[in-house]
Amino acid sequence: MALQKSLEEYGPQIAQCVRCGACQAHCPVYLETWREGSVARGKIALAAALLEGKIDLEERLLQELSLCLLCGSCVTKCPNQVPTDAIVAALRRRITADQGLSAIGKGVAALTSSPNLLRGLLKSAEMLSPLLFRKIPATSGLQLRFSPDSLKGRTLPPIPDRHLFARIPEFLEGEADKPVVGFFAGCAITYLYPEVGEALVRLLQTFGYPVFIPRSQGCCGMPALSSGNGPLLDKLATANLNAFADRKVSHILTACASCHGALTGHYAATGNNRFDTGIVDIHVFLKQEGIIDRLAALPKWPQRQRVTYHDPCHLRTQGITGEPRALLRALPQVEFVEMEDAGLCCGLGGTFTAAHPDLSRAIGDRKLAGLRNSNATVIATACPGCVMQLQDIINRAGLPIKAIHTLELVQQALTEQP
Amino acid sequence: MLSAQILQNLKDIVGAANVSNSSTDRITHSFDATQQQFLPEVVVHADTSEQVRRIVSLANAEKIPILPRGAGSGFTGGSLPIKGGIVLVLTRMNRILEIDTDNLIAVVEPGVITGRLQREVERLGLFYPPDPASKDFCTLGGNVAECAGGPRCVKYGVTRDYVLGLTVVTPTGEIIHTGGRTMKNVVGYDLTRLFVGSEGTLGIVTQIILRLLPKPEARKTMLVAFETIDGAAQAVSAIIRGKIIPTTLEFMDESAIDCVRQATPLDLPPACRAVLIIEVDGDQEVLDGQVRRILAIIQPLGVLETRVATTNAESEAIWQVRRSISPSLRRLNPDKFNEDIVVPRSKVPDMIRALEAISIRYGVPIINFGHAGDGNIHVNVMVDLKESGMEEKVQQALNDLFRTTVALGGSVSGEHGIGTAKAPYIGMELDRATLTTMQTIKKALDPNNIMNPGKIFLDTAPETCTPSQPS
Repeated sequence: MALQKSLEEYGPQIAQCVRCGACQAHCPVYLETWREGSVARGKIALAAALLEGKIDLEERLLQELSLCLLCGSCVTKCPNQVPTDAIVAALRRRITADQGLSAIGKGVAALTSSPNLLRGLLKSAEMLSPLLFRKIPATSGLQLRFSPDSLKGRTLPPIPDRHLFARIPEFLEGEADKPVVGFFAGCAITYLYPEVGEALVRLLQTFGYPVFIPRSQGCCGMPALSSGNGPLLDKLATANLNAFADRKVSHILTACASCHGALTGHYAATGNNRFDTGIVDIHVFLKQEGIIDRLAALPKWPQRQRVTYHDPCHLRTQGITGEPRALLRALPQVEFVEMEDAGLCCGLGGTFTAAHPDLSRAIGDRKLAGLRNSNATVIATACPGCVMQLQDIINRAGLPIKAIHTLELVQQALTEQP
Repeated sequence: MLSAQILQNLKDIVGAANVSNSSTDRITHSFDATQQQFLPEVVVHADTSEQVRRIVSLANAEKIPILPRGAGSGFTGGSLPIKGGIVLVLTRMNRILEIDTDNLIAVVEPGVITGRLQREVERLGLFYPPDPASKDFCTLGGNVAECAGGPRCVKYGVTRDYVLGLTVVTPTGEIIHTGGRTMKNVVGYDLTRLFVGSEGTLGIVTQIILRLLPKPEARKTMLVAFETIDGAAQAVSAIIRGKIIPTTLEFMDESAIDCVRQATPLDLPPACRAVLIIEVDGDQEVLDGQVRRILAIIQPLGVLETRVATTNAESEAIWQVRRSISPSLRRLNPDKFNEDIVVPRSKVPDMIRALEAISIRYGVPIINFGHAGDGNIHVNVMVDLKESGMEEKVQQALNDLFRTTVALGGSVSGEHGIGTAKAPYIGMELDRATLTTMQTIKKALDPNNIMNPGKIFLDTAPETCTPSQPS
C-alpha cells in the first residue's frame, strides 16, 4: 500500500494558496528564471488545473515541475503554509505513475535501491570517471548526480578507500548511565564523507554515549522523493524503519540536512511519524545534551580560523539555524563570522543539479558575494551535499576557501593542539 | 486564437524561448492576488524597451489585447488578462541602471523588486520610502502602474511623489520620455503623473527615474493600547495637530485585535479596544524627545498601556503584531473581500463606526486595520460564499461601505487601484464629466483599446477587443 499521499489528498492544501506571490521572494529557482511556472504559486495553479482536468501532463508542465529544489523555502514563508514541496513531490509521483521514471529517476532507482552497487562503484572510483559515462547507457544509475554534463568542471571529493561501515562497528559501548543513540548516516556520509560519520561517532564516544549504526539502513529516500518514485520511497522508508527496530535507542541522529528532512518530513506525509524515536539533527542533540557548553569551556587557541556558516535548506526550513552557529561559536579554534545570504540555497537540490546543471550553478553562485565579504577562510555547513556544492562554487570562483562539515571542526578541536 | 504568423512574429522579436502559448504558461500567467483567473492567449517575456515597442506595435496593428505583468501581486486585477491576448512579462527587465549619489536619483527598469532597490540605496546611505506590504516581491513597474503606498506614506508620500521621469511605450508603439532627472521641470504637460497610477491602460513603462532621500539615521517604534477606537482616532489627530508627522501611524480596531487574539496569544490589556503602532524616524538625538512629546499628547485619550521598543528585536515584535492580522483573517471565513478605502484623517472614527453598523446590518464579519495616519483603512469583509445568499449580502455591504466612504469625502481606493475589482464603484466617486475626460484621454492614447482593456472603466469601447472566456 502506498504510504505517500496522492495529489487528490492535497486538494484542501492546494485550495489554501491565495496567489499572493510572497513565495517569489524566497524561491531560488524563480530568482534565476523569473518565470511564474518556476515558483510555488505557479506550480500550485498547475496542480489545481490538473485536479480540475483543465490541463494534461504536457511537456511544458513536466519542465516546470522539474524546476523545484524541494528546499521548502516557500513553505516557511507562505502566509497559509501551503506545503508546496510535498505537493510537487505528489505531482512528480503522478507523472511517474503516468509516464514512468525519467532517465534520472531510473538512475536514482538503480543506485539507491541497491547499496551494494553504490558501494562497489564508489570503491573503485569508477562512478566519477567521465570516461566511464561514455560506455554506459543514459538510463544507468551512474547518471544520478554525476552525469557527464553536471560533472564537467565540477569539484568532487576524493573517493575514500573504505566506506563508513568498514571503519566502525555496528555497535559501540558507552557509559552505563548514558542512553544508546542511533545514527542514520545516509549515502553521502557513508560513501563520500565517511570521516564526517567517524567524527560524529568519536564525538559521541568522547562524551560517553553508546552508539548504534545499523548496517541495514539505506538511502533516506530524498532522491526517490525528488524523482517521483513513490514505490521506492515506501520501500526505503520501510527498510530504514526496520533497521532501527532491533535495538532501543533514545534518539536517531542525523548529520545530513537532507536525510533529516526526508526522515522527519516526507516519510510521515500520511500524518503519523512512524519512527518510534525522534529524528534529531546532531547540532540540536549537542545543544540539548549540554555538549556545546562543554566544548565552549575548552581553552581558546591563540590563532583562530575565520569560519562562516551556510544554512542547508532542510535545516533552515525546520528552524534549525541557531544550534549549528552555537556550536561554531563554542569551538576553541574558530572565530565565527556571519555571512550575508547564509540562508540562500546552494543550488544542489539532489537530482536537480543533474537535471539542470547550469541553473544549479547560477543559484549556487549567488552565495559568492556574501562569502567574499565575510573574509572567512572556511565555510562550514551541516549537510554533505552542501559541502560538495559549496566547494565547487568556491573553486570555480578561484577563492582560497575550504568548505567542510561542522563536525570536522569538532573533530579538529578534540584531536589537535593549537 | 492568435494565428501562427503572429506567434512567429513574436518569436522573431524576443526569440522562440520567450514566447509560449502552451496551456502550462497560459495557466501560470492567468491570475494575480485577486485569485480571479483569465487565460491569456500567449505569454511573452521581454528584455528591452525596443522589444516592448515592437511587440506593442504588432499588438496595435493586429488589434490584440496586451498587458504588462510584473510580480502579479496586485489586489484589484490590474494584471488579469480578462480579454485574453498577450501577457507581456517584464520580470527580467530588472536592472538597476544607475544610483546617482550626487543628484539623489535612481534609474531602474520596471522589473526591479522594490525591496531590492531599497536595500541597494540604503547601502549608500540613501532611502526610497514607498513600502507596500509586498515590497519583498512586488516590482517598481507595478508600483508605478498602481501608485503603490504603504505604512510610511504618512510622512513620505506615495510612489507618485518619487517618480521624476518615465520611459513609456505608448499603445500605438511610440517610445516617449516624460519628466526627467531634475526636481523642477514644467516643460509641457505633466505626463509622468498621468502615467503613474494608470494601471497599465495607457502604456508600458520600460524605465523609471526615481527621487531618493537621505536615509534617516534612526527610528523608534511604539505600541499604544487604547480603551476605545475614538481615543485612538483622536490620538491620531492630536499627534498631527501637535506638529509631529510620524513615519507610520498604523491602527488595529477591536475586530482586528480579536482576530489576532484567536490566532496567537497577544500581550495586550483585556480592556484594549484599539491599538496604534507609531514609528518616528530622524536624527538619533531628536527621536527620544519626539517619543516623549507624542506620549504626553496622547496620554489623556484613554491610553491603557504604552510600549516603546528600545532594540530592533523589540521593534520587530511590535510590527509582528501588525503583520499577524492578515494571516489570521482566514480563520474567520474562507472568502476575503479586501478593500482599501481612504477618508480624511479626522473622519476615521466616523468610518469605523459606520463599518461596525454595516457589519451588524448584514451579519458579516468586517475586520479593520491599516494606515490611520493617512486615513487609509484596510477593510476586510470575511465571508463564506458557499452560504446561500451570501454573494448578494456582500455586494450590499460593499455598496454601503463605498457610499459611506464617498459621503465622508473619501475615495474607494487609496493604494490598490481600480482594476476590475473596484470598477463597478468608480461611478460613485467620479462624476460623469470627470470620467468622460479620463476616457477621452484613454481613447486618444489607445485608439484601438488594446492596452490592458477592461480595466478601471467598465465601458471603454469593448467592441474593439477580442473577448476571451474566463477559464
